[in-house]
Amino acid sequence: MNAGNESRAAAALARDIKELCGKASFPLRIMEVCGTHTMAIHAAGLKSFFPPNLQLVSGPGCPVCVTEKNFIDQAVLIAKEYDACLVTFGDLVRVPGSFGSLATFRSEGGRVRVVYSPMDAMGIASELSPRPTVFLGIGFETTVPTIAATIKTAMTMGIDNFFVLSAFKTIHPPLKILAAKKDLNGFLLPGHVSAIIGSDCYHYLVDDFGKPGVVAGFEPLDILLAIQDILRMAVFSTPQIINDYKRVVRGNGNAAALAMTGEVFEACDASWRGLGVIRGSGLTLKGPYSMFDANTHLPVDTPPAQDDPRCRCAAVLTGSTPDTCGLFGKECIPDDPVGPCMVSSEGTCAAYYKYGER
Amino acid sequence: MCLAVPMKLIEITGEGTGKVDSGGVRTDVVLSMVPQAGLGDYLIIHAGFGIEVLDEEEAHIRLDLFRELAEAYRAQDEL
Amino acid sequence: MSGRLIRDLILPRLDRGYLGSLPDSVVLSGLGDSIAYTTDSYVVSPIFFPGGNIGSLAVHGTCNDLACSAARPVFLSLGLILEEGFPMDQLETILHSIAEAADSAGVEIVTGDTKVVPKGSADKIFINTSGIGKIESPVRPSPGRISVGDRIIVSGSVGNHGMAVMLSRAEFSFDFELKSDSASVWPVVERLLELGPGLKFLRDPTRGGLAATLNEIASLTGYGIAIDESAIPLDKSVVAASEILGIDPLQAANEGKIVAVVEMGMDQVALDLMEGCWQARGAAVIGGVTREHPSRVVLTTRVGGSRVVAEPSGELLPRIC
Repeated sequence: MNAGNESRAAAALARDIKELCGKASFPLRIMEVCGTHTMAIHAAGLKSFFPPNLQLVSGPGCPVCVTEKNFIDQAVLIAKEYDACLVTFGDLVRVPGSFGSLATFRSEGGRVRVVYSPMDAMGIASELSPRPTVFLGIGFETTVPTIAATIKTAMTMGIDNFFVLSAFKTIHPPLKILAAKKDLNGFLLPGHVSAIIGSDCYHYLVDDFGKPGVVAGFEPLDILLAIQDILRMAVFSTPQIINDYKRVVRGNGNAAALAMTGEVFEACDASWRGLGVIRGSGLTLKGPYSMFDANTHLPVDTPPAQDDPRCRCAAVLTGSTPDTCGLFGKECIPDDPVGPCMVSSEGTCAAYYKYGER
Repeated sequence: MCLAVPMKLIEITGEGTGKVDSGGVRTDVVLSMVPQAGLGDYLIIHAGFGIEVLDEEEAHIRLDLFRELAEAYRAQDEL
Repeated sequence: MSGRLIRDLILPRLDRGYLGSLPDSVVLSGLGDSIAYTTDSYVVSPIFFPGGNIGSLAVHGTCNDLACSAARPVFLSLGLILEEGFPMDQLETILHSIAEAADSAGVEIVTGDTKVVPKGSADKIFINTSGIGKIESPVRPSPGRISVGDRIIVSGSVGNHGMAVMLSRAEFSFDFELKSDSASVWPVVERLLELGPGLKFLRDPTRGGLAATLNEIASLTGYGIAIDESAIPLDKSVVAASEILGIDPLQAANEGKIVAVVEMGMDQVALDLMEGCWQARGAAVIGGVTREHPSRVVLTTRVGGSRVVAEPSGELLPRIC
């Protein structure tokens, strides 16, 4: 599609969005559940199209934002105690733990390697054998099956120095908590998580909470179209779940991926930064695959993390704007973050700071 | 939570693995979650894995919708 | 960290007049002809990357700092610090690249030094190059000459070096043709100097990429910078890699490009001057200097939205989210 047509289509959708917002007698707040949507919205400058009574707030779908500080602490302690190599996605490298980030640990001589794929971690484990290699497992339902497949491969190949430290999370438990909030009018639902879990599973948003949700892709026009659909349903009180990413998302998701996940992982309670412990919202290795669990096989004594009491990541994650936090832009900046909302490049605070809403 | 991009499947390289390409950047990916994938298909690639096959018909429907919106906007603009 | 080090420790002790403005390269006076002088240390990893290595980078980088002061690079010094046990065949390859780069840039390495340090005291090889260049034109590019309405030109596609290096990391398994753009930009600068006083400012967008340089211009001048995403030249591999890895190509380093600020109305002349220069293949006008949004860089996106281009912070990292 050429640039001219793209801008015209965007302008058309923006005009519809303005019209719909104009019909509402109340401010409209849509939650972007997925961190990748937050990033895409900022990169395309979509907020410049929105009228003042439309607010998009970042939700809990940012694996770095919701990872507890002591996950980093535990990883570093494991690396020190067992002379292990930590392998991670890039997203986690600058997240602050209680004693510095993985980047800090690396600059002090710690072994930290960044990978694009969990399968790359297997290559590192083989290379460093017999040194324990610990993959830091962050992510939601999109990423979990890829680690499940990697673990199965590790088992088949008999790689015994490969471990996973799980901080994996699932999206429905926190979504159910957030849907109850009165001041959210609708949800921009994750595109690729839904490719795995399907678009049919979100009906509780409508049935139990009367809120609309639209599964959206990541191109700027996909997102504008989805927002227009959410607004129409919010303004006219006709909540539904709509799949606006049909070219990738099927109603019942990806059966092979779900089966892979189900074979290797089982649900457990998990602690979410800003939301506390949510029952059944985490994933842990099960059955024969628990031999890869770093938590049990490389135990360390991790002191509970001390969060800065002034940090308001909790409120920001559930919809408040960054300027309501006294640390924002002052003690907490991208180069020197306090909480993960500022560290993650798509976290609400980092995006606000970098892209201008100070 | 889900950075993934469409890449074209250009070669089957083994049991459950294939090579994909986008813009001249190629990588080996795992195909175990997309058993229905065929050469020439566009796969959604996340962290070195295919997580879905792009439905080209739906992709065209979506592009047509955007083109219509653009045409309608241009027509209105010219009034 | 080095920012604070420079501001709080180094400048207070050492600045006697030249150092305080923190120039990448400095024009020295009182020595007859105007001479520009610069130094840079190269501690990059990996030391070998597609399209070059630490050696060629050390030549090009220092030549380019001189070029951005409108000085023809003439002489280089070469300081090598080698970790004990550094493979001789790798050193040979690097020296060969240094020679090739220097010859094609028209510079001579006239003095140097080599030290070997114990294993662990250096990461394989560190290189320092200092360069001397000859000012041949009365044009003195500087941020103080920039005015509202000036146009911003980039000499070719951006992000090639940073993305090529990222894709080539051993932990990733990508196949690609993209190469670093590492090259001397003097041939481009030489042509742009024909704009005379119409050439306001030059900078090579190395670490931090185009985003860092545009932010530098905005903060040095206090003016706003407005750029058009559709006008920024990008190699299709860079676009693909940036989507796959989740990295902003505007933040990826360039080692063979310049950003030039030219007088309003002279942008087409500038492009015509660069025509036929292979180092400026794909040169484009990407935006201009504005009175709006002072000290900020604002991008009009492909779909017509607008957003601030932030100052990059920290290393480039791939994302899954």
